Amino acid sequence: MISFERFELSNGLRVIVHPDFTTPNAVLNVMYDVGARDEDPDRTGFAHLFEHLMFGGSVNIPEYDEPLQRAGGENNAYTTNDLTNYYIQLPAVNLETAFWLESDRMLSLAFSEKSLEVQRKVVCEEFKEHYINKPYGDVWHKMRSLAFTKHPYRWMTIGKELKHIEEATLADVKAFFKKHYCPANAVLVVAGPVKSADVRELTEKWFGDIPSGVKYNRQLPVEPEQTAARRLVVEADVPLDALYMCWHMPGRMEAGYQAVDMLTDILGSGASSRLHQSLVKEQKLFSNVECFHFGSTDRGLLTIEGKLVKGVTLEAAEQAIQKEIDKILQEGINEAELQKAKNKTESMIAFEDMSLMNRATSLAHYELLGDANMMNTEFARYAAVTTEQLMEQAVNIFRTENMNVMQYRAKTAGV
Amino acid sequence: MSIDRMIAPKIVDAVDFELSLPKVGTFTLRNGVPVYAFNGGAEEVMSVEWVFWSGNSYESMNLEAATANFLLRNGTSKRTAFQINEFFEYHGAFLQRNCYNETATLSLHGLSKHMDTLLPVVRELIVDSVMPADELATYVQNMKQRLSVSLKKCDFVAGRLIDTYLFGEDHPYGRYTKAEDFDLLNSEQLLSFYDRYYRNGEFMLFVAGKLPANFREQLDRYFGDLPNKKVDRPLHAIQPATQHRYRIENDPNGVQGAIRIARPFPNRTHPDFQPAMILNTLFGGFFGSRLMSNIREDKGYTYGIHSYLMNLMQSSAWMISTEAGKDVCEATIQEVYKEMRVLREELVDEEELSLVKNYLMGSLLGDLDGPFQIIGRWKNLILNGCTDEYFYQTIRIIKSITPEQLRTLSAQYLREEEFYELVVI
Repeated sequence: MISFERFELSNGLRVIVHPDFTTPNAVLNVMYDVGARDEDPDRTGFAHLFEHLMFGGSVNIPEYDEPLQRAGGENNAYTTNDLTNYYIQLPAVNLETAFWLESDRMLSLAFSEKSLEVQRKVVCEEFKEHYINKPYGDVWHKMRSLAFTKHPYRWMTIGKELKHIEEATLADVKAFFKKHYCPANAVLVVAGPVKSADVRELTEKWFGDIPSGVKYNRQLPVEPEQTAARRLVVEADVPLDALYMCWHMPGRMEAGYQAVDMLTDILGSGASSRLHQSLVKEQKLFSNVECFHFGSTDRGLLTIEGKLVKGVTLEAAEQAIQKEIDKILQEGINEAELQKAKNKTESMIAFEDMSLMNRATSLAHYELLGDANMMNTEFARYAAVTTEQLMEQAVNIFRTENMNVMQYRAKTAGV
Repeated sequence: MSIDRMIAPKIVDAVDFELSLPKVGTFTLRNGVPVYAFNGGAEEVMSVEWVFWSGNSYESMNLEAATANFLLRNGTSKRTAFQINEFFEYHGAFLQRNCYNETATLSLHGLSKHMDTLLPVVRELIVDSVMPADELATYVQNMKQRLSVSLKKCDFVAGRLIDTYLFGEDHPYGRYTKAEDFDLLNSEQLLSFYDRYYRNGEFMLFVAGKLPANFREQLDRYFGDLPNKKVDRPLHAIQPATQHRYRIENDPNGVQGAIRIARPFPNRTHPDFQPAMILNTLFGGFFGSRLMSNIREDKGYTYGIHSYLMNLMQSSAWMISTEAGKDVCEATIQEVYKEMRVLREELVDEEELSLVKNYLMGSLLGDLDGPFQIIGRWKNLILNGCTDEYFYQTIRIIKSITPEQLRTLSAQYLREEEFYELVVI
C-alpha cells in the first residue's frame, strides 16, 4: 500500500505527496501531459527536442544542472509518445532547490538561440546513434507508419526524419512551451521524508504564482479500425532476416488492457513462455522471439518479433507464429498459465515499488491517467482477470484483418 | 508573497554530510561459505546471489566459463530447461546468471514467501546440472547469430578492440569472442569445468531484502554441505599493444564513429585510485563534467561522452567513450586532449571542485537507497578485498582533495601520448 496525499493549487497544478521516512533522499517529479502524439505531423520529434531545451536555462536561472549538482542532486528526463517526465533525486535537506529549479522552468524558459542550435545537433546525433547507425534501427519508424494511418502513434518520439529537427525554430519552441508547459497540464509528485504540510507550503511558495495556462484539450485523430492485413517487405544490410508482427490492442484505460498485458507475458516474455519454448527451443526457427506491447495510453500495438535462424524462410517463420496463435484460439489458456502471469506481475510490482523514484513516477503517471490511487488498485485488476477474459481479448486481437506484418530481409549480396 | 527567483534557496553542502554505509550481517555456513546479509526494505521481496570463482580467468578455452554459467539453468538430471524456467517464473522469481572476469554468479530475485520453495531447486542447479548437448547446440547457434548482429555495431567493435590494446588478446580482460570459438565447445568439457568450479567450487553468498526469520537455517540446509573447495586465483600476464593510434572502418555506410580513448591504470587498491575517481568525475564522469559541457553542451558533436575507471580486479584502465558524428570524430578527439591539457596545466577553481564534491557525496547518498543497492556496494568491496574502511576513506578523500592534488594527478596520468586512441566507423 503506497500512501499519499493529493491536493491542487488554484492554478490547476495537481500535487501528490508520498511520505517515506526510511530514506534520506527526496524525489521531485514533474510530468507534463504532452508527448510525441501531440506533435504537428510536419514537426515531429519536437516534444523530445523540447525536453532537451528544458535544460538550457530558465527565465531567472541561467544554468539548470549546476545548482542541482551543487545541492548533491541528479536529474534526468524522458519523452514518450504519451508524456514527458522530469525527475530529480537529491538529499532531502536540499529539497527546496528542486522546487526552485522546476518552478522556474515551468514559469518560463530562457529561450536561448545557442541552446536550440546545440540541442538540435545533439538530438540529431541521438537520432543517428539509435536509429540510423544500428542494424534494424529503422524498424519502428517503418512499423509505426504501417500500422497507424491517422493516429500520431505513426511516428516515433525521436521524429520521422532528421529534417524536422534541423528545421525547428525558436518561434516553434516558444509556441510549444506556451501550449503545453503550464500548471494546468502538469502533475507534481514529491516523495521522501517529507510532511504533507511542508510540501504544501513549498508548493504554494514556488508554483503558486505561475499562471495557470490553458488546459490542453487533446483532440487526436482516431485510428480507423483496420479492415485488412497489411504487409511490408524491407531489405537492408543486416546479417539476419527478422519478422515483426503487430496487432492493434486496447489503450491503457480500456477494459481488457490487463488481460492483454498478461496475454503477451504468456506468449512471449521469459524463457518458459510459449513462443520461446516452441519456436526457439523445440522448432529452432528463431534465435530469439518476444511478445510485448508498449503500454501506450491510446490504442497501441501488441507485437511479436524475432530474428530467424539462418536457413529458415520468413514464410515458414510466420506460419509457425500463426500456428501458436491458432493454438491459443482453439485450445485456450489454462489456469496455471494465467496464475503464473499473475504471480510474475505481483512480483514485478513489488520490485518496482522498492525504489522511491519509481513510486514517484508511477504516482504521477497514474494521476495523469486519471487517479493516482490506481497505483494501489492496479494489481487487483490483474488478479481479477479470468481465462475467459484472456480468450476474449485473444479472439478480438488476433484477427487477420487486424494484423501488420513486416518482413525485414537481409540483403543476400555476396553470401 | 512574492519571491525573488534569482536567489537560490539555502543548501546544506553535501560534502558536510556524515555518510555511513549500513553494516551487513556476516556469518558462515558450516562448510565455511561466507554469507553477507542485509535485512531491510518495505516490500516483501529479497535477493540471493551466489558468487563463484568461476569467471573467464579460469577457463582453458575461450567461452568455456560464460557457456557453463549460461547452461546452469538449462537442465539437471531431474528437470529440463523448460521445467526449470517454468518453476521459477511460476513463482514470480527471476533467476539470472552472469559471467565476469574473475567471478560468475547465479542470482535469484523473488518474493520472500517463496524462498523456501525456490532454494532447493537452486541447489539442484549447483550440484546436478547436466549441460545437455542439444541445449548447448541451440545456445551456440543463437549466440553466433547474435554476434553477427553485434559486429555490425561500431560501439561493440570498438569496445572489444580497445580492451585488446589495453590488456592483450590472451588476457581474460582483452580476449574476445570469435564465431569459430563457439564451434569448439562441447558438453563434456563444460561439465568438467562445471564440476570443478561450481559443484566443487568456491563461492560466497550475498543476501538482501525482507529476509525470513529462518533464512540462515535455510541457506545452511541447502548450501552448507557443498564442498566449497578453495580455488587458486590465476594471474594472467598483461600484454598491452605497442601501437597507440587506430582507425577502423567497420561499416562503409556508417554515419557515426565510436571513439575510445584509454590508458592502463592501477586497480582500486592503489593510492591514486580514489583521488583519480574524483578527477574522473570532474573530467568526464557526470553530466556537468568538462567533456560533456564542452563536447555535447557547447559543440553538439555527440549525444553523450563519458569517462570512467573500469571496475576490474587485477588492473584497471581509464576510458573515455563516445559516439560522434563521422565528420566530427577527429575534432572530438582533439577536444578530449585539450581538456586533458587544461587539467594538467591549470588549477581547477574551488567553485567547480566544491560542486563536484557535493555532487559525489549526494550521489553516494542516493546510491545507498534500499537493500539491493547496499548489498551491491558491499559486494564490490568484499570481492576487491576491501572493507567498509575503503568507503570511509573515499569520503575522506572527497572532502579533502585539493586543486593542486588534481593537477598533479592529471600531470601524471592524463598524458595524451600514453592513451590508446581508436575510432571505429
